[in-house]
Amino acid sequence: MIQVNGENFDGFDGLTVAEVLKAQNYPDKMIAVECNGAIIPRGKWAEQTLADGDHIEVVRFVGGG
Amino acid sequence: MQHQDTWSLGGHTFTSRFILGSGKYNMNLIKAAVEDAGAEIITLVLRRANTKKEENILDYIPEGVTLLPNTSGARNAEEAVRLARLAREMGCGDFVKVEIMHDSKYLLPDNYETVKATEILAAEGFIVMPYMYPDLNAARDMVKAGAACIMPLASPIGSNRGLATRDFIQILINEIELPIIVDAGIGRPSQACEAMEMGAAAIMANTAIATAGDIPVMAGAFKKAIEAGRAAYLAGPGRVLQSGASASDPLTGFLHD
Repeated sequence: MIQVNGENFDGFDGLTVAEVLKAQNYPDKMIAVECNGAIIPRGKWAEQTLADGDHIEVVRFVGGG
Repeated sequence: MQHQDTWSLGGHTFTSRFILGSGKYNMNLIKAAVEDAGAEIITLVLRRANTKKEENILDYIPEGVTLLPNTSGARNAEEAVRLARLAREMGCGDFVKVEIMHDSKYLLPDNYETVKATEILAAEGFIVMPYMYPDLNAARDMVKAGAACIMPLASPIGSNRGLATRDFIQILINEIELPIIVDAGIGRPSQACEAMEMGAAAIMANTAIATAGDIPVMAGAFKKAIEAGRAAYLAGPGRVLQSGASASDPLTGFLHD
């Protein structure tokens, strides 16, 4: 099971970060990604494979002060 | 010809002394607010992305405006550092406004955790702009930690209550070499003007604009007030008499002499 932004998903084990982002319909621009608290640079999204128990955070900018 | 009155932050030069927050807006009004404010720096915040197609705030911010991510949501130095690193990963530069709080009633910043985050982030090459309660000792610690400026609060975030901490901000302006950017609580152009007259380097405002009846008009009013306050500071305000009066008219040639 992989957790993405606090939600659990089955069937993502073994997929790359890029594949999960695509499957989940995240925009491909202006986001940043963390796996288990470590930033995954954009260049590694297509390489890094996810394993059971991984926690992914996908963030974007919103309005704020 | 008068030379241009610019100021610098982390090696970047700015003309506008109005930093605009982008929270609480109808997206369609952001562009107008930035343009009418003449703002060159606008703050943003990171939150979890949605999978649904949603509006991207960056599409509404005019090109050439410097983006200033804040670390709001962080409750300690560690969380602020994490958010700052993620923000830099977005590729929008090295600026970060460190904002750390764990008090949801008054939203007051934790100066101690802010010093710790400032030290870590400055060492990583960030241009660190710490949001803080205006305490001189803590401000000196921020300077030592590598801050690029100091951002003392005028009154609680979003309160529009103005310069409640006026005297303590003045102490920072007098004693700290870095730019002092008055942030949080400024509710009216007159209050922004007063802070600039006191010698603040810039004003950061969000709620005052976002909750105004006419957002672009209020953005423009703040712009003028900040420019007026800056000009007054540069001019040097006239003296204040402790008592009595001083005639502005000639004391000779009266008709009754």
